[in-house]
Amino acid sequence: MLRLLNIEFHKLKYSRSTLIFSAIYLVLFCFLALFASIHFEFGNVDFQLADQGIFNFPYIWHFNAYFASFLKIFLAIVIVSMISNEYSNRTIKQNLIDGMSKKEFLLSKIYTVVAFALTSTVVLFVVSLVLGLIFSDYNEFSIIFSELEYLIAYFVKLLGFFAFCMFLGVLIKRSAFALGLLFIWWIAESIIINVLRFVIFKDGELTAKFSQFLPLESMANLVKQPFSRLSLVKSAQNQMGTDILSNDYIIHWYQLLIVLIWVTVFFYASYTLLKKRDL
Amino acid sequence: MKTILTLNKITKKFGPITAVNNLSFTIEKGHVYGILGPNGSGKSTTLGMVLNVVNKTSGDFHWFDGSESTHEALKKVGAIIERPNFYPYMTAKQNLNLVCKIKNVTNVKIEEKLDLVGLLDRKDSKFRTFSLGMKQRLAIASALLNDPEILILDEPTNGLDPQGIHQIREIIRKIASMGTTILLASHLLDEVEKVCSHVIIIRKGEKLYDGKVDEMNSNHGYFELKAENTEQLHSYLTNNQQFDKIKIDDESGLLIAFPSQELAAHEFNKKLIAEGIVLSHLVKRRESLEQQFLELTNQKSE
Repeated sequence: MLRLLNIEFHKLKYSRSTLIFSAIYLVLFCFLALFASIHFEFGNVDFQLADQGIFNFPYIWHFNAYFASFLKIFLAIVIVSMISNEYSNRTIKQNLIDGMSKKEFLLSKIYTVVAFALTSTVVLFVVSLVLGLIFSDYNEFSIIFSELEYLIAYFVKLLGFFAFCMFLGVLIKRSAFALGLLFIWWIAESIIINVLRFVIFKDGELTAKFSQFLPLESMANLVKQPFSRLSLVKSAQNQMGTDILSNDYIIHWYQLLIVLIWVTVFFYASYTLLKKRDL
Repeated sequence: MKTILTLNKITKKFGPITAVNNLSFTIEKGHVYGILGPNGSGKSTTLGMVLNVVNKTSGDFHWFDGSESTHEALKKVGAIIERPNFYPYMTAKQNLNLVCKIKNVTNVKIEEKLDLVGLLDRKDSKFRTFSLGMKQRLAIASALLNDPEILILDEPTNGLDPQGIHQIREIIRKIASMGTTILLASHLLDEVEKVCSHVIIIRKGEKLYDGKVDEMNSNHGYFELKAENTEQLHSYLTNNQQFDKIKIDDESGLLIAFPSQELAAHEFNKKLIAEGIVLSHLVKRRESLEQQFLELTNQKSE
């Protein structure tokens, strides 16, 4: 396993575009704090997130996991191009001739994808921990390390997304077209959801039951938007005596399972494609 | 003799087209083999199958004694097929380092092999800055990194200028002289003739000939003859059991005679003089590989 990771890392570390995208990714990651100080307009309420206790433990885990996942597109570009470049440079052929099996070749990519997701999660953990320790109103140990399931959800979400990108890379073999298809698929999913919602079921809950199985939707479901959890919104809710929304943030085991199944499907499909194809 | 590669009735179909048909041959250690065939005859497909990049339709093959998986065996093989494929953004040295990692060998030989192909002074240049000839030489260096049991080259001089072709052939000859088994696929006859001891001729995916280059044709060369009295010479040859076939070359007007057994030129000349035939031209020739190749491929198509 280390040998395969080492091989893939060797390929990546000399590629300027990979280094640039990874650097942008990490820098943006570390500037999450800056995003938080931006003014948001929420309906007719204008507020600054930093004032709303976003850096409070354990809320910060949820908040940062949600925002950090927007950045995943930078790593997605790296992943798609690390696959498609092998095709366009025909180096995949040379790798196989030099004595890599197709399985090893794909495993080296899978390990890298897992490593990307894992590194992102660790960075997220460290950044959030530091931000939280500086700004959080609560610093009790048990509070700091509660709700860490958002980190697990974040990891699984990234893994799912990267696995999808990797599969598209193997399928299309051209990075621009693969990213294009990713975008088209994203639109397609929202069309499917809207058709289900307004044409077929005409019911939000029933739609959600079906749409949670779509790949991108299932990933999005893992870490939901955290805004309505903010103290401001929450207090408004409490005043109205409703607590319906809060149920939504909980990460359900079956949501994790759905994404993990997609991960398996994407990895396996990539392998089957690679195995069947003549190069 | 140690066997390096064995193919047994291997077949590859691309949809309705049969690219390789029931091909069997073995490669033994220590020889220089040529796979000869016109473009599209299935040479690259055959190599692709044994090199794990093209899936076979039926048949089987194994490397060495067949005890290890293909990709493990390939670590002891050096091969380049078609164009040299490297990472354009890496330098020559970085690319070779990667190959060492894949092949699981130490990288101590990188400079030695770069020197062998004359690229040592360009080791820190990016691959994308290389000319085709340099890329091809880098590919050879890369294939030699693990001191392979066999070096497989597919059309190594394709697309190169005469100087590049010469350089590559010199390198191949140097490697062959060090005792490395070589398998060279080519559509260029003189290339095979110049460097190979054994040849496998394929056409439309089928094997036509498999054996030593100089045993390829069972006949014993031929004589080019000219005499004052052509009629007399012709009738003598026609009635002589020692000759299979006599023909007159249209261009030069020379009589071409194919002996059915080994016949030395001076013996032949003596006999003719005894018969009272005096020659003005006598040359004994071996058929070039090109003639033999065309003959073989034509026979099959008739």
